[in-house]
Amino acid sequence: MASWGMFPSRGVWRRPAFRWVDAVVLVGVAVLLFGLLRLAPSLNAPFLPSQAPSQVSTDPAELPYYAVRSLLRMFIALVLSVVFTFVYSTAAARLPRASKALIPLLDILQSVPVLGFLTVTVTAFISLFPGSSLGLECASIFAIFTAMAWNMTFAFYQSLVSQPRDLDEAARIMRLTKWQRFWRLDVPSGMIPLVWNGMMSFGGAWFFLAASESITVLKHTYALPGIGSYVAAAMQQGSLSKVAIAIVVMVVMVIAVNILFWRPMVAWAERFRAEESAAADKPRSVVLDLLRRSVVPAAVARPARPVGRLLDKLTRPFGLAEHPLSKPLVRQRTGDVFFAGLVTAAVAFGAWRAVTYLHVRGDLGQFGHAFLLGGATFGRVVVLLIFATLIWVPVGVWIGMNPKVSRIAQPVVQVLASFPANLLFPFATAFFVATGMSLNIGGILLMALGAQWYILFNVIAGASAIPSDLREAMQLMGVGGWLRWKRFILPAIFPAYVTGGITAAGGAWNASIVAEVVSYGKHHLEAYGLGAYIASASANSDFPKVLIGVVVMSVYVVGVNRLFWRRLYAIAEARYSL
Amino acid sequence: MTDDNVPHAADNVIVEAEHVTKTFTTPDGRALPVLDGVSLTLREGEIVALLGKSGSGKSTLLRCIAGLIAPSSGTVQYRGEPLNGANPGVAMVFQSFALLPWLTVQQNVELAMQARDVPEAERRDKALRAIDLIGLDGFESAYPKELSGGMRQRVGFARALAVEPDALLMDEPFSALDVLTAANLRGELVKMWDGGAREGAGKHSRGFPTKAVLIVTHNIDEAVQLADRILVLSSNPGRILAELRVDLPRPRDKRDPGYEELVDTVYDILTGRESALEKAAQIAPAAVSAMTPVDLPLPAASVGGLSGLLEILDARGGRDGLAEIAEDLNFEVDDLLPLVDAAVMLTMATVAGSDIEITDEGHTFVVSATDPAKEQFARLVVRHAPLVGAIVKALHATKDGSLREGFFLDLLRRGFSEDEARNQLDIAIAWGRWAELFAYDAERGELILEVPEPVVTGGSRL
Ligand SMILES: Nc1ncnc2c1ncn2[C@@H]1O[C@H](COP(=O)(O)OP(=O)(O)O)[C@@H](O)[C@H]1O
Ligand SMILES: [Mg+2]
Repeated sequence: MASWGMFPSRGVWRRPAFRWVDAVVLVGVAVLLFGLLRLAPSLNAPFLPSQAPSQVSTDPAELPYYAVRSLLRMFIALVLSVVFTFVYSTAAARLPRASKALIPLLDILQSVPVLGFLTVTVTAFISLFPGSSLGLECASIFAIFTAMAWNMTFAFYQSLVSQPRDLDEAARIMRLTKWQRFWRLDVPSGMIPLVWNGMMSFGGAWFFLAASESITVLKHTYALPGIGSYVAAAMQQGSLSKVAIAIVVMVVMVIAVNILFWRPMVAWAERFRAEESAAADKPRSVVLDLLRRSVVPAAVARPARPVGRLLDKLTRPFGLAEHPLSKPLVRQRTGDVFFAGLVTAAVAFGAWRAVTYLHVRGDLGQFGHAFLLGGATFGRVVVLLIFATLIWVPVGVWIGMNPKVSRIAQPVVQVLASFPANLLFPFATAFFVATGMSLNIGGILLMALGAQWYILFNVIAGASAIPSDLREAMQLMGVGGWLRWKRFILPAIFPAYVTGGITAAGGAWNASIVAEVVSYGKHHLEAYGLGAYIASASANSDFPKVLIGVVVMSVYVVGVNRLFWRRLYAIAEARYSL
Repeated sequence: MTDDNVPHAADNVIVEAEHVTKTFTTPDGRALPVLDGVSLTLREGEIVALLGKSGSGKSTLLRCIAGLIAPSSGTVQYRGEPLNGANPGVAMVFQSFALLPWLTVQQNVELAMQARDVPEAERRDKALRAIDLIGLDGFESAYPKELSGGMRQRVGFARALAVEPDALLMDEPFSALDVLTAANLRGELVKMWDGGAREGAGKHSRGFPTKAVLIVTHNIDEAVQLADRILVLSSNPGRILAELRVDLPRPRDKRDPGYEELVDTVYDILTGRESALEKAAQIAPAAVSAMTPVDLPLPAASVGGLSGLLEILDARGGRDGLAEIAEDLNFEVDDLLPLVDAAVMLTMATVAGSDIEITDEGHTFVVSATDPAKEQFARLVVRHAPLVGAIVKALHATKDGSLREGFFLDLLRRGFSEDEARNQLDIAIAWGRWAELFAYDAERGELILEVPEPVVTGGSRL
């Protein structure tokens, strides 16, 4: 089944061991966050939006309107992500100097729990649009954007740097302009990974939508009209029935977007495949077939053509997609050294400022405490992964190896993976309150609600990619039982499992920020962990603590990725890829 | 025919490469010389073939001329202007076709003209004319993936010719096609070229819209069929071994004595003069063992292919012309020469001119049963194939007789590119395994010494 790709695409996690640039970049990201924090207005900022309500109405009749508003945010974020993807990946792939910093930066960025920084980004955006709720809107879209952009960018970058050498040479010798090359070669050849990762990232972003529509800043809660804030309001009222209605709307929305938008996109992207795939594997979409038969394509193409021609002319001055063959070596070296020096100096200066800031406020000591809390959250992530693996690997293998089952299971799993788990938190919380279960344990469950699906999804992808002749050979040789698992199935799904594992772990860390502190009606539950630390620092707008929390969490994520997952990934790629 | 010092000669020079040297860097930072001081001139009205074994740097040279890569030293000029980027006066045909799969045939052909900002109507006209010329009529709106290999390469030709380039560069344009398709397309190319030449190879002739062709090939026959001039390139590093003029009228007949003579000469050059192997085999064995795996790379020959060649040779009375063998077996130079090199390296055959002769060693190998043949082969490779010898020695030096392949790859990377290092090790493994010198565990990437059958004491073994 061609449509069961891995998520994120191959190669996203393929990065070599820790190098000094990574350290610089890690510190650089911390400095970036610090800069954002300094941009945010001071605590008694007078220009907070006064008209934004702190709670939306929980009248179910308003839900369709909220759904549309939420959807709009999602699609705006998607468009922004695509633009970002194009610009960032092209720069990283084509500017030799920039790529040295851009790729490690992206790598670290995808490990930063942006949810924890929501308060800071909100205040920063509010200061950009004083007095209106546009800042809140921007902050929400930004949070969604961060959930989509990194994987899409990585996938597209990967396709740019792995372009067939012949096509690159053909484009150069045909003397295509930069613009022509981008649209005729770069974008088409990256279209399939872009659409696939776009679809999966879009699914993951619903979680961020639900978490970012209703937000507490400077001890004041704001709510944007949307389905996420509807649930937040319903939760505060302790009305599970209203939450249930919202969940139904949410499921309908996820399914509708898949049928009306992503399936057609995936089917359409097939035209960019280099070789014809077998007819049975080809993704199809009824909606796309209908569209193709309608007047829409012609109606779009007619006005688009002259625009295309004009753009082609206008972009000619940017020159050919070519680089000079020889550059003076000395100048190049000097440039490299200068560039590296400048970046390092800027980062070092920023780091020094950040440390002074924390020192002046007497918060440096918080780091130790935060690391301790991080240990607790880390423990939760580990337990979660172990349980998710034990449950979902067998299930995923069973689904993946039964084509009939996986045809039905695929859309279901995709909806499950897309569905924002935070909408389910009220039920889980009600359960914890009723049974008196501590959130220290329950938090694991909450984090797992969203994260586990990545493991299931990827294991299915891996299992369904096992060639059927290999499976038949195993059967003929009578390989069965534990031997079959040890020698055949587990090695075959290992690369896919590792991809799922890293993604699930990253998702779980992010989820901890909303899962370690939950309120339901009058009840307030809190777990001992780094997520709770960040969440409460956010609620109190204690910016230094937010910074410390987010930095420590990033260090945990990056560290575990480097020390554990990447190694596993390298082994998986080298030894077990089919 | 050296008319270089005739004053007007410079006018019709399209591309000139002077003392081009290209050195790549091996993965562990050492220099890997691929081209060494190669000079080449392409003039209007001629087809030049660049012939050499695979890995001799032909593609590298072509890419220097196309302005796609920079030579390490030396210059490439187009119409007197040094290049600093893609050569503006050439179009290229690729072995892999290099078509954009998401564009139709016509869009593919139009693309290069679009890049040159040719007005839309003219672009369309020219594209349709090129499509027509190359015999793709009716396929304008097809996608490349719907076409066969031969048809795809026609699109490649149409795309290159539509821009009416000064010179057409081709990198093994026919070697991804099956033999018949290749012969067919080659024949059409010759016809078009000669048609164009008769009408004057001007830009606006209705015939072949380019003024010169430079074709890279490893197929001797192809070179002799097409070219006015053949440049023979040596390997490691690539140097011009010889320049041959072909004055036969086209289309050329394979049975023409002049043709046969030329093919023999090329074989002679490619096997005879180049062979460090032969020299190494003739001097004392001590000197061979002093050769390192880098000095004397293993030819890409399988044991099966090698014994096949020796059997044929033995059946033909022990001596025959290389061209005849290749002709009869429908082999290309790249198929046969590695086998010849391997036979020579292992002292199973000698090469004199364009003839190959089996030695006693070779004859024994042919007539032996499997086990003695393996023993003989083991003895020969250890002595004469430096890499195999080195591996056996290294394995003996370890306690448990096993070593990771990475160890040998690291050593090989000092003298070979990443890919070539892997190739060398793979060849050595194939030889060594057949000779039962060592075993190879592919999963763990480990080489393990084959322990000789243990001598059973106190009783005979049946
Ligand atoms: N970009 C490169 N980097 C390192 N080595 C290269 C590169 N391109 C070619 N080589 C090496 O140069 C040698 C000649 O390659 P090539 O020009 O492709 O030969 P040919 O076309 O004659 O088969 C080969 O050994 C190859 O491994
Ligand atoms: Mg080549």
